[in-house]
Amino acid sequence: MIDKFVRSAAEALDGVPDGATVLLAGFGDVGMAMTLLEGLIEQGARDLVLVCNSGGRDGSAVARLLTLGRVRKLVCSFVRPASDAGRLIAAGKLEFEVVPQGTLAERIRAAGAGIPAFYTPTAADTVLAEDREVREIGGRLCLLEYPLAGDLALVDAWEADRWGNLTYRDTQRNFNPIMAMAAKRTVAQTKHAVELGAIPPEHVMTSGIFVHHVLHVPD
Amino acid sequence: MADSFIPLDRDGMAARAARDIPEGWVVNLGIGIPTEVANFIPADREVIIHSENGVIGAGPAPAPEAVNPYLVNAGTQPITLVRGAAYVHHADSFAIARGGHLDLTVLGAFEVSETGDIANWARAAHEPVAQIGGAMDLAIGAKRLWVIMEHTTKEGGSRLRRQCSYPLTAKGTVKRVFTNLAVLDVTPRGFVVRDIIPGLSFEDLQARTEAVLYRD
Repeated sequence: MIDKFVRSAAEALDGVPDGATVLLAGFGDVGMAMTLLEGLIEQGARDLVLVCNSGGRDGSAVARLLTLGRVRKLVCSFVRPASDAGRLIAAGKLEFEVVPQGTLAERIRAAGAGIPAFYTPTAADTVLAEDREVREIGGRLCLLEYPLAGDLALVDAWEADRWGNLTYRDTQRNFNPIMAMAAKRTVAQTKHAVELGAIPPEHVMTSGIFVHHVLHVPD
Repeated sequence: MADSFIPLDRDGMAARAARDIPEGWVVNLGIGIPTEVANFIPADREVIIHSENGVIGAGPAPAPEAVNPYLVNAGTQPITLVRGAAYVHHADSFAIARGGHLDLTVLGAFEVSETGDIANWARAAHEPVAQIGGAMDLAIGAKRLWVIMEHTTKEGGSRLRRQCSYPLTAKGTVKRVFTNLAVLDVTPRGFVVRDIIPGLSFEDLQARTEAVLYRD
């Protein structure tokens, strides 16, 4: 019997190695797997590469992971200069790769979809294209981009069954479906644990084939 | 008297931009004044608001007691949906932006050049801490890009430039600019003035603008 439910974040995150690339979904706090992120802080892996939309507000779990010195490099679209992440970067204590948000999403999608590279007009005319491969395609300058795969993805779901089929509520969805597909190990936390078959096939948003562990985190 | 005009305030600029958005357009509104544009689209004019965190059909802010913590816009403010709305994931949401599926994107900016370049994310080329978000994807992908910004800086410097002095967000994509003093189209000639606030002459406007202006 396939049963991906685990009893704790510790069980779900057991053996995450130092140096792992972690895909953390969420837009602000919405759709961010907070219990799993706390679990990662607890678990202790260091030297991480963290891929997420933004550097987070002060006091957030993301900021805590960063200020604990556990992240070597942050890859995201947005960091406020007046934030823990901004101060760490400015002080040279955190490597930073800024990626336009749409390119970030597409690089993650490409990783899950087996696309080894793609060209995009986004940022091709900007300082982000300096010393990188640009090419005119169809009369438009385009920038070469590579996929962004994770060793671990932390996913936040609304419903999950024991196969790991997931649904998301409202804008909770954001990066979750594409990150779930782009990591060697995908762990989901879910508000509701449901029987296999309870989610109508038409409503499954992430198939369980992309999910390795599920943690039930009710209110 | 030279100063017998009243510049538009934030609401005034948002309302002026809203006037030019026809029924049926799919529109992304950037953070800041652009977000306010939605408040000035008449209720009987159906315009579909896209929010890049995955909403097609965003509606107004909810009453405080009706906030749904799972439903936010690209500024992470609580919103509602309109009837007919849909959700997509982040890659699809930016496929909407990049793929030419938006009729219009409205962004704020530091500067716009007479060739339609936009600078809105950094004040120096290699700032260590960058706040790009979705601006670059939005600025290159829509069928048309409009900008809402003050006509001048606090120090009185022109934001309408021959060339942008700040790092670009995108090159040659701005089609129309709404400032607190005027509405200008970016054309092959340069900035063409479509509208000036009452009490301000074309010459007065030109005196406040680095780029050369053309009459409609």
